[in-house]
Parts: sequence; C-alpha cells; structure tokens
Amino acid sequence: MIEIALILAAGSFGLGVLMCLWRVIKGPEVSDRILALDTMVINVIALLILMGMALGIKIFFEVAMLFALVGFVSTVAYCRFLLRGDIIE
Amino acid sequence: MPENLPLWAEITMTILLIGGAFFSLVGAWGLVRLPDAMTRLHAPTKATTLGIGGVLIASMVLVAARDGLFSVHELLITIFLVLTSPVVALFIAKVHLHLRQDRAALPRPPSGGDWAGYGAHGPTRGERAAPPADTRQ
Repeated sequence: MIEIALILAAGSFGLGVLMCLWRVIKGPEVSDRILALDTMVINVIALLILMGMALGIKIFFEVAMLFALVGFVSTVAYCRFLLRGDIIE
Repeated sequence: MPENLPLWAEITMTILLIGGAFFSLVGAWGLVRLPDAMTRLHAPTKATTLGIGGVLIASMVLVAARDGLFSVHELLITIFLVLTSPVVALFIAKVHLHLRQDRAALPRPPSGGDWAGYGAHGPTRGERAAPPADTRQ
C-alpha cells in the first residue's frame, strides 16, 4: 500500500514540476517566471523527501533543507535585482 | 521501500501522501490555468503549505513507526518554508506592481495618499531614482 502511495505522490510532484516548467517557458511576465521557479523548488523539496522515505536514507533531509535555503535566497536576490538593479547595496 | 510497518502507520502515511500529492497538483494546475499574475500568486501557496506539509508529516510518521523516534528535521523544513513563503510572495507582488502595472491605473488606498509599496524603495517603471549628488571637491 505504502509503495503505491509513494509512487503516486512522486508522480504528481513530478507533474507539478513539469507544469511549473511550462509556466517558466511561457509566462508572459518576469514575476510569473520567478514564481514558477519558486514553486519548482518547493516541488523538488517534496521529491527529495519522498526519495529519502523510499530509500531510507536520512541525509536527504539535509539536502532538502539546503534546497529550501538556496531557493529562498535566490528568489529574494532575483526580485531585489529587478527592483533595485543591485542585490547588496 | 519501507517494510514491516504497523497497519496504522501505513494507513496514516497513505492518506497524508495522497492528500499532499493532490494539493501539489492543485497548486501547479492553478499556476498553469489562472489568468493573470496577481491571481497566479495565489495558487502555489497550497503546494507550499498543504502539499509539503502532508509529505513531511508522513515522513515523521514513518520515522516514528520504524525507529520509534521523534524526528525534528521535518519540522525544521516546515517552519522555514512557512516563515519564508510570505516574504517571497510580497517580493514577487512588488516586482509585478513596480515593473508591469501602470501606477496611475491602480485603485487608490482608502486612507488617501499612495500605496506603501511605492514609499521609499525602488524605481517604478521608466523612472530611476536620481543618483546622489557628487559632493567631492
């Protein structure tokens, strides 16, 4: 039962990544692209945790935590660059 | 794949995983489907809170059932995401307002004056803040 649930969850998170990729490619505005990239990072964090659950490896949680940190910092840096033309003033 | 789990853990984990997967799909589909940027900002919040939350709680249940431990890594990730997602949403909305919206066409705030987002920060579309005057002799 749990195998089927894990595979289904991984499939739908992967589908979510693909939908975000479509929005990154299509998205008419820059803000749409940033938002889609941020959502992509969220989905990839979920995929990493699912992989850690399936393989029983604990280091994947640290990887997911690092992904969350880097995703947040990169989103804020990109927005700040667009707003101010500079990241660290 | 995890094996030899008690039945209650399997049922709880399955429900949480399917629920999280459903909400992540809802968020991604909303990102594809909704018509403009400000409404699209609303969709992925489901994936951030409920989708990730379901998967992380399922992982906590797994660790509790398999090793008999209370795992805190997942709570750390949840707390970090819940803390940072409003900041990200604010920044993206600000980028959209400053770069793509006509400032004069926005509705006025009820208290008069201007929206706080236009206060001291950031050049609006087309206008750059004047460089500081050169005071060197």
